Amino acid sequence: MADPASGMMAGTGPPVLELDGIGVWLSGREVLRDVRFGIGPGEVVGLIGANGAGKTTIIRVVLGLLSPTSGRVLIAGRPRPRRNRSVGYVPQKISLDPEMPLRSRDLVALGLDGHRLGVPLPSRRRRELVDEMLRAVGATHFADARVGSLSGGEQQRVMIAHALISRPKLLLLDEPLANLDLRSEQEVVDLVARIAKDQGLAVLISAHDLNPLLPVVDRVVYVANGHVASGTTDEVVTSSVLTELYGHHVDVIRLHGRILVAASPGLSAERGELEDSIDGATAV
Amino acid sequence: MGGFWSHVVEPGFFQSQTVQVALLVGGVVAAISGVVGVFAVLRGQSFAGHAFGDISAAGGAGAFLLNISPLFGFLGMSLVAAGCMEAIGVRRVRGRDVATGVVLGAGLGTSALFLYFNTTLHSTSGAAISVLFGSLFAISTSTVPAVVASATGALAVVLLLYRPLLLSSVGDDIAASRGVAVRVTGAVFLMAMAATVALAAITIGAILSTALLVGPAATALRMTRRPSTAAVTAAVIGAAATWLGCLLAYDSYYWPPVDHGWPVSFCIVAVILISYLVVEAARSHRFRNASVRDGSEIRAAGVTPHLGAASDGGHDALGTSRTD
Ligand SMILES: Nc1ncnc2c1ncn2[C@@H]1O[C@H](COP(=O)(O)OP(=O)(O)O)[C@@H](O)[C@H]1O
Ligand SMILES: [Mg+2]
Repeated sequence: MADPASGMMAGTGPPVLELDGIGVWLSGREVLRDVRFGIGPGEVVGLIGANGAGKTTIIRVVLGLLSPTSGRVLIAGRPRPRRNRSVGYVPQKISLDPEMPLRSRDLVALGLDGHRLGVPLPSRRRRELVDEMLRAVGATHFADARVGSLSGGEQQRVMIAHALISRPKLLLLDEPLANLDLRSEQEVVDLVARIAKDQGLAVLISAHDLNPLLPVVDRVVYVANGHVASGTTDEVVTSSVLTELYGHHVDVIRLHGRILVAASPGLSAERGELEDSIDGATAV
Repeated sequence: MGGFWSHVVEPGFFQSQTVQVALLVGGVVAAISGVVGVFAVLRGQSFAGHAFGDISAAGGAGAFLLNISPLFGFLGMSLVAAGCMEAIGVRRVRGRDVATGVVLGAGLGTSALFLYFNTTLHSTSGAAISVLFGSLFAISTSTVPAVVASATGALAVVLLLYRPLLLSSVGDDIAASRGVAVRVTGAVFLMAMAATVALAAITIGAILSTALLVGPAATALRMTRRPSTAAVTAAVIGAAATWLGCLLAYDSYYWPPVDHGWPVSFCIVAVILISYLVVEAARSHRFRNASVRDGSEIRAAGVTPHLGAASDGGHDALGTSRTD
């Protein structure tokens, strides 16, 4: 497996997260095989792959929501505990209709103590923490609006505040840019970059298109065919590495600071599914 | 109290023991149904909540047949149904309606059978009416402590699970990643909801228990942006509607047809429906004004209607910019 940078970490110290030979079978199908990569402190890593490549599955394994068939997940060098709140998580979509009586600040506060039993008592410290977090993500002016009534970009900010208020060392963002317009996309990317830098946070951010993430990612983990290739963008997003990963010839074109990934024409005409599996990674 | 009030509140209303029991049991059960209902609506489980009412009727009818306390019939059957739904798979959003439908069908069949036996074997034809449509004025004093205790127990469970329930209504994965035992939380809530609905079924009848569960909750959800306020508001609306319904039913003795009171359950449900319509009308009125003013319907949704402030003592109106 092409994996030029496995074990290479930008930061120092033990990796915040390490996946060691993860294999996952779902409904009798092998979804992931021998997935290994790590994230160092303060690193932003892009998890790139087409729809159905296995990005969400990898994130669910890291969160402990799904037990891998083989391999280990190490957090700060140790096997991940069953209940682990040291990992912040923003899911791909949240199910909140506009009528749901839950304000941004309520959702952020749930990030602090949502697992606790009983009704929360009003507390000044709790309120200040929530206000501070809302400020940090630029959500102050919609702090009192129902979360369900917010735009996609605003909801992402609130969810990031929810995930970060418990001060995790690692933040997992599952396709935060899906369904965002260009401007909100840019705002969320900037926010993630700033937070990672300010707080020395390790971030794993999944996307089907690498291009919007290029300014922030230190390294990429490319997922296809159940395998991953990880390393810097220059190491991974090359014709030879992706060709081996996809098992078919793939061209990589760099154009005005953007990267286009495309199957060679003959192959894609012959194998319709290849085109499918690659278009997610293509800048259009 | 002038002549006007003696027309509204019939002299002797508060002295009657039947009325006292009705106000106590009805008020407690309605308030708790309101709180549980808010979470049922948030979790998209109102259909399951409705089903518990109909299914518990089978237990009620069975209790009539065996001549045991209807409380145990209603409560027992509803809890068994909750267990079955959980086993079939009420957790998955897609499986939820199917599981509920299967259990509901079985419950209604049993219910029909028991009511048939009640009418044919025992010729207790009143059983059908009282099981299906309730009898707040016919609750025996001896069951009051048990009803109040079980209702309080259900409320305690829901308050205990307050935060995990809110978090998992945002998403099961997100709740699980925060360390919430999502499956256990869901199962325990389902049990608490089954108990609450069964108690509502005893008080205002199996068919109308849904009105007590969903009506006040739906109204409250339109009035406030805060989960805690929604729960309190739903409890207040439920209890107030029940008390007002009792009063109307008592007064209805003088309405046509003269000398035949209207069913108390009908009066309660009518009050709940009217309060919902009034809030809805007030809200769309505000929407229209707000849209004309700043063209933003969404932001207006966050503004608490006057009614919300009035019915919960101005709580939300004063506290919108504070956390709980
Ligand atoms: N519970 C499941 N049972 C069977 N297959 C699943 C399940 N969840 C996901 N899969 C499959 O695993 C693959 C990876 O899915 P996913 O991780 O959601 O992809 P991505 O997030 O990259 O779009 C898909 O082919 C999907 O069909
Ligand atoms: Mg996904």
